[in-house]
Amino acid sequence: MKLKTALLATALSSAAFAAQAAELTVMSWGGAYEASQIEAYNKPFAAMKGVTVNMVAADNPGTPIAAMVEANNVTIDVADVELSDAVRLCDEGKLEVIDHAALPAGVDGTPAADDFVAGALASECAVANIVWSTVVSYDSSKVTGVTSIADFFDTAKFPGKRGLRKSAKANLEMALMADGVPAAEVYSLLETEEGVARAFAKLDTIKADVVWWEAGAQPPQLLADGEVVMTTGYNGRIFNAAIGEGKPFTILWDGQIMDFDLFVIPKGAPNKDLAMEYVAFATDSQRLADQAKYISYGPARKSSAPLVGLYQDGKTEMAPHMPTSPEALKNALTNDFEFWADRDVELSEKFNAWLLK
Amino acid sequence: MALPIYATPLERVWHKTYLVICALIFLFLIAPILIVIPLSFNAEPYFTFTEKMLSFDPEGYSMRWYDNLLTHGMQFPNVLRDGAWWSDMWNNAQWIRAAKNSVIVGFWATLLATSLGTLAALGLSRPEMPYRKLITAVLLSPMIVPVIITATGLFFFYSNPCSVLGPLEPAGGCGRLTSTYLGVILAHATLGIPFVIITVTATLSSFDKSLSRAAANLGAGPVRTFFKVQLPLITPGVVSGALFAFVTSFDEVVVVLFIGSHEQQTIPRQMWNGIREQISPSILAVATILVIISIALLTVVELLRRRSERMRGLTPQ
Amino acid sequence: MSDTILRTADGKPLKAALMRASAVARRRAFMLVLPLLAFVLITFVVPIGQMLSRSVTNDAFSANMPSVVAWFAANPEGTEPDEAAYAALVVDLVNAANARTIGTVATRINYDVSGTRSLFTSTGRKAKNMEAPFKDAVLAADEEWGDKVVWAAMRNASAAVTTTFYQAATDRKLTDEGVYAKAPEDLRVYLTLFWRTFVLSGAVTLLCLILGFPVAHLLARLPMRISSLLMILVLLPFWTSLLVRTTSWMVLLQEQGILNNMLVYLGILEDNGRLALMYNQTGTIIAMTHILLPFMILPLYSVMKTIPITYTRAARSLGATSWTTFRRIYVPQTIPGIGAGGILVFILAVGYYITPALVGGATGTLISNQIAFHMQDSLNWSLAAALAAMLLAAVLALYWVYDRLVGIDNMKLG
Repeated sequence: MKLKTALLATALSSAAFAAQAAELTVMSWGGAYEASQIEAYNKPFAAMKGVTVNMVAADNPGTPIAAMVEANNVTIDVADVELSDAVRLCDEGKLEVIDHAALPAGVDGTPAADDFVAGALASECAVANIVWSTVVSYDSSKVTGVTSIADFFDTAKFPGKRGLRKSAKANLEMALMADGVPAAEVYSLLETEEGVARAFAKLDTIKADVVWWEAGAQPPQLLADGEVVMTTGYNGRIFNAAIGEGKPFTILWDGQIMDFDLFVIPKGAPNKDLAMEYVAFATDSQRLADQAKYISYGPARKSSAPLVGLYQDGKTEMAPHMPTSPEALKNALTNDFEFWADRDVELSEKFNAWLLK
Repeated sequence: MALPIYATPLERVWHKTYLVICALIFLFLIAPILIVIPLSFNAEPYFTFTEKMLSFDPEGYSMRWYDNLLTHGMQFPNVLRDGAWWSDMWNNAQWIRAAKNSVIVGFWATLLATSLGTLAALGLSRPEMPYRKLITAVLLSPMIVPVIITATGLFFFYSNPCSVLGPLEPAGGCGRLTSTYLGVILAHATLGIPFVIITVTATLSSFDKSLSRAAANLGAGPVRTFFKVQLPLITPGVVSGALFAFVTSFDEVVVVLFIGSHEQQTIPRQMWNGIREQISPSILAVATILVIISIALLTVVELLRRRSERMRGLTPQ
Repeated sequence: MSDTILRTADGKPLKAALMRASAVARRRAFMLVLPLLAFVLITFVVPIGQMLSRSVTNDAFSANMPSVVAWFAANPEGTEPDEAAYAALVVDLVNAANARTIGTVATRINYDVSGTRSLFTSTGRKAKNMEAPFKDAVLAADEEWGDKVVWAAMRNASAAVTTTFYQAATDRKLTDEGVYAKAPEDLRVYLTLFWRTFVLSGAVTLLCLILGFPVAHLLARLPMRISSLLMILVLLPFWTSLLVRTTSWMVLLQEQGILNNMLVYLGILEDNGRLALMYNQTGTIIAMTHILLPFMILPLYSVMKTIPITYTRAARSLGATSWTTFRRIYVPQTIPGIGAGGILVFILAVGYYITPALVGGATGTLISNQIAFHMQDSLNWSLAAALAAMLLAAVLALYWVYDRLVGIDNMKLG
């Protein structure tokens, strides 16, 4: 009996140890966003090249790949990160350089350098794929009359808990905008000590009522539980919960903080050449338009815009739900990646200390 | 637990209250486990009881999460369920892979921990063992040291195991143990060893030494004595230790988070995904299955114990 | 017998023969333990030791800025940075920017002086265009270079071996003069966190004792048939995954969770006066008590099983009330069990990381969460190692106390 178990286990383990065909490992943010990437990029790439594409999830891929490169222990080929992380990691020599000249032109013939939206190719180690934004959202069956970002910080008029990302990013900017600072002045104000203090003071007014989230899938869960009345979240995840699952969640575009997500290749990636091909493929016009079928993130190429159609349910128009729609841009702020690349470490320290009080 | 005849009325009242308190504590222990079972049939992908579920509307319930266990991660989940579908599921479904990994890692880690641990317990229980206290402390340390410290230490060490040799290190290092099955198995074996040591030394302390002396007297060598005399008598302790070691490995998530890659993802690691990145009630389906298996296992163990009691002619108290 | 020395049958002195025999027995016992000892030393003790050594060494600055390090070596502490110092700085910044190591150098200095990361990276970009006189060029690029504390931090970082991380772990920061002093109020976190961890773990241990003692007593006194069935109720949570138990507590204790809904339904609470039992310290305490309760019950149970009932009966027959019997006869006999269970629960609670991460919110997180944060998010591994070393020292001290009082050999798990 014992021998049989041993043999069975050995058989199972050897099956697991068996060599596999060419594989690519991509790391992304999990949940609905990752699902959209699997459908739009991974499956077509796997079919085209005859390789296996594995998807791994993380709360914020920027940090695990930095840890991997530091420990000389890289198992990921491609990662999807925020712009400020891409710039910072590139500065630190943790990413491979990607040749932007080798990227394919748009379907209308525009060369890649012009086809990508301004800022998408800001780092020589990264290529942008989407425009996403951090927005406030609420359950419209429980709360009505929310019109501006200042309402998020107004617990007297809208009592109940708030959800905020457990990070200084986007929270400081939203706090200042709610305090009446015009979008164009936010970052210059945050460069000063007084600006930072003002942002933290505004956050202090709701601190006792905040539930802190870290993973992108948590905000819709918190709203569905009724645990919070309003929460910030990634706009695509909220859209998926609202349209895909029929939840009564509404997005407030006022005060949205837009940012890019980009593909990067960690230094020392095991399948570097295949990774380069993947990045070139996944960021071409058609692919970026395809991902918009599954989630409401804007493509980073201008030539993709006309190719964007309906949501996968076959009836919802995607264009009005994008962060880049005219309605959404009325009081929007684009994340200043240089500011965060420089000040992330210091402001994170302050934020953590503030959290623990 | 009968009250003695001389118990006063106050004592009788207290006794009843005491039983109620114990019942409440048992409820505290078991309630979270029971909650999980109905929640795993939730039709919506959230961790709450919906209106439909609370009013027992059949639409609010579904087996979709159990189905998800089989299909999540498959290449083509929505085709006809023929041989190819099952092969696709066996190779690609994430939960199936997690289950395979958990069993493989658990099995080898338990084997390693139990064999090395039993051997060491034999040595430690001998009265002439030098430095017994110090060595016991070292061997029990994996249980004492907070798991986050163990995980971080292993992360650095496994990334480049030979760096500790200093000048003797071969050029280019000697490979790495992170993201390998061997690394995870070694780490889990290390974590399970203290449990084996504790249970086997406890059993050995009640072992009658004169039996081994009698065996030696009759001409048996030390190895034969161990296998024919000692091992059959300490088997309950060894099995108990092995069980603790297996459960430790099966439920361990922090070390796997740090040193495993997506290939070595075990069931708890997959559950962590299901709580943070994916928020999928499939973890509740897994939990329900595991709870049912545990209950079955525990019941079988209890029935075996009663049977062996009857066979040995002992009256149950 | 002619001589007075005792001898064995083959003529050897008995004493010598005995010594040799016991040496052989000792060696044999040691050989049995050796494989496991070697295994644990290699796969556990060495990695932990290596990690702890990181808490005192960090060569991010000293390895990448050689000219500046050389200047510090040549000039004693207190020397004003002169033209040579700034020249060395520019040379090193240019090289670091090209080799892409400037990020790591800047991060190292940033640990000591907040806000200097951008100083290094931005000056690094401008450094290739600088010409003599370098002092003026650098100060023109950013006047922060004139701050004494920046140079103090750089001097401090030029040695690979440093106590700066232990200082940071006890909330001390570098000042202008190059000495360490308490950090400003709003940056003091770690000592509070250590205190909070120990207090919370103590509370959990006490709660486990209060809840576990009655149950263990019941299980020990009931006949085997019934008690082993009830034991299933204790072992089942023990075997259920930690993550699943934590998730179901989230479902039970949320604002709109089962417990609150039931209390509102029964009219005990108002709808807007719901109890906040989750994402704070209360949630952490309740969830951790539930998870660690079996670790208290099992050792208590195994000790209580061995207490003979005859002592209790004897005391009653001598006229003691049941309370006096319990207090003076029963409880003292359970002390080894209380000690074993208590120390086990406390040590496990102090190291817990998953449960506080999921249900603790911001106020219920413990020191292990900060260690994990520095390991995975901020990548300040030296600080993580320093915090871990302090935690380990506290745990080992407790373990030593336990050994003196009860003895490690006496630990049993049912």
